Amino acid sequence: MTKPHPVITARELTKVYDETTAVDHISFEVAPGESFGLLGPNGAGKSTTMRMVGAVSGRTSGELDILGMDPNLEGPAIRAQLGVVPQQDNLDHELLVRDNLIVYGRYFGLPTAWLTERAEALLDFAELQDKADQKVDSLSGGMKRRLTIARSLINDPKILLLDEPTTGLDPQARHVLWDRLFRLKEQGTTLVLTTHYMDEAEQLCDRLVVIDEGRIMAEDSPSALIRQYSSKEVVELRFGSDRNEQMADSIREAAQSLEVLPDRLLAYTDDGEGLLHHLKGQGVEPVTSLVRRSSLEDVFLTLTGRSLIE
Amino acid sequence: MSRADTSKAVKADRADRAPSPWQFWFVTERKIRALRGYASSAFITSIANPVVYLLALGVGLGSLVPEGVQGVDYLMFVAPALLAMSAVFVANEESTYQILVGFRYRPIYIAMHQTPLRGVDIVVGHVTFVLLRMLATATIYFLVIIAFGGISQGSALWMVPIAAMTGMAIGSLIMAYAATITTDRGQLPMLYRLIFVPLFLFSGTFFPLEQLPIFLQPIGWISPLWHGAQWGRVVSYGHVEPGWLTAVHGVYLALLIVLGVTLAIRTFTKRLGR
Repeated sequence: MTKPHPVITARELTKVYDETTAVDHISFEVAPGESFGLLGPNGAGKSTTMRMVGAVSGRTSGELDILGMDPNLEGPAIRAQLGVVPQQDNLDHELLVRDNLIVYGRYFGLPTAWLTERAEALLDFAELQDKADQKVDSLSGGMKRRLTIARSLINDPKILLLDEPTTGLDPQARHVLWDRLFRLKEQGTTLVLTTHYMDEAEQLCDRLVVIDEGRIMAEDSPSALIRQYSSKEVVELRFGSDRNEQMADSIREAAQSLEVLPDRLLAYTDDGEGLLHHLKGQGVEPVTSLVRRSSLEDVFLTLTGRSLIE
Repeated sequence: MSRADTSKAVKADRADRAPSPWQFWFVTERKIRALRGYASSAFITSIANPVVYLLALGVGLGSLVPEGVQGVDYLMFVAPALLAMSAVFVANEESTYQILVGFRYRPIYIAMHQTPLRGVDIVVGHVTFVLLRMLATATIYFLVIIAFGGISQGSALWMVPIAAMTGMAIGSLIMAYAATITTDRGQLPMLYRLIFVPLFLFSGTFFPLEQLPIFLQPIGWISPLWHGAQWGRVVSYGHVEPGWLTAVHGVYLALLIVLGVTLAIRTFTKRLGR
């Protein structure tokens, strides 16, 4: 079977602002229907990459191909095929909820009569039907984000770009949003999303790149990344902040690897309970201990030596 | 296929996908829809304003000048300037904070730029809306002036487009400036006090420019409002001035509009594409 032609191809993509290099020679491809994530801490260059992929911001060097077009030459034609959910709310607060969808659709040159119908379907999808005639200001954070996602779908985009889609939302609102995004994924929409939440990346991304300081550190599916860069399980041990460092040596031998954080030790092993049992036998008594499965957080820590959310 | 053919095909393909030259209208349309929220208050102001100004200045202040100015009633003298000013006020209202807010606090321009709309569409669409609003306001003003008996000939109707041109000249320049503001340090109120108000007072608005000492008169010559007001006087009551000067009014205002709109397009494009 031949591989389908990628909808996004970036080669050595670079963006320099004044003196700072925000994105530093990154290369990746996104296949149609794929759900692709950019994972990294704040300031890693995710949003800048998204702005270049969104054909909004020009690149300093490298190559970028979106749906067979060059964003430097055909920005508007590319943008006509994209749906964008930006990090910062840019809904139109002078318009009602329903009009936000219709007016935004007009920017694509779509006919008003068609948009009026489409807006109803999208209000249903976003579960905002009973807010349709209200002002945007009356919506909660989660509703605003749902409206933004509904708005991004108005032109039936080939690629949906989501920049930190659930940042700042409470857990319940995040789950509602994930459910909506998961449905889109099932319908075959190509999703490209940035996040600094591990669980979000694990839930939504088929494949992701880990970005730090404008560079790609690793690329694979979430589970493969965990397999490659972490152990099966992690034991979190707390000895109190002054003793963590001191206890590290006695644990290091027993674990596959060890990360010393200011507030806790992370011991990587394939058998968490076994390790804990072994330590107790040696007289190592942590204040608290927790055995959990490895996550992308651990991958990031292994790759960069820093934690994702600081 | 030879290389030349391929590049020709690519060009033809690109031409197919090129943005429509009319897509600026979607930005105008959005403003019209947003206007529904404040349409009634905008309408009431645009009737109340001329009534109040014409009563206070034309009738009230005018009673102190029984001999009139430049051979006409004071009301007739002041009306073209007030009409032009009404358009300038609309332009000022739409081209200052609105622009700042659209980039920063409620970034609708960022949202528009996510779609096929470009900087040029946003600027032209906005300016088109302001032009329509100025024409509407100036038309109402014109009708109120008629009611006060402030015109003496049919060509006075030309005051309406002249007022809109005056507003556009000032509005597009302010818009270009407002688009450069990234941090609000009170630049806009400053602009209003240091440039807007002096222009408004020293532009031959309430008295002929010649009444000022010669060293202050250049303020009027560079002021779009002076050119708009003088041109309005020519069409309204046949104010006598050399033909070349009338031509200068038109050319000067047109040049400022071209300059302002060009600068605004450049600033918008650069800022949105950062």
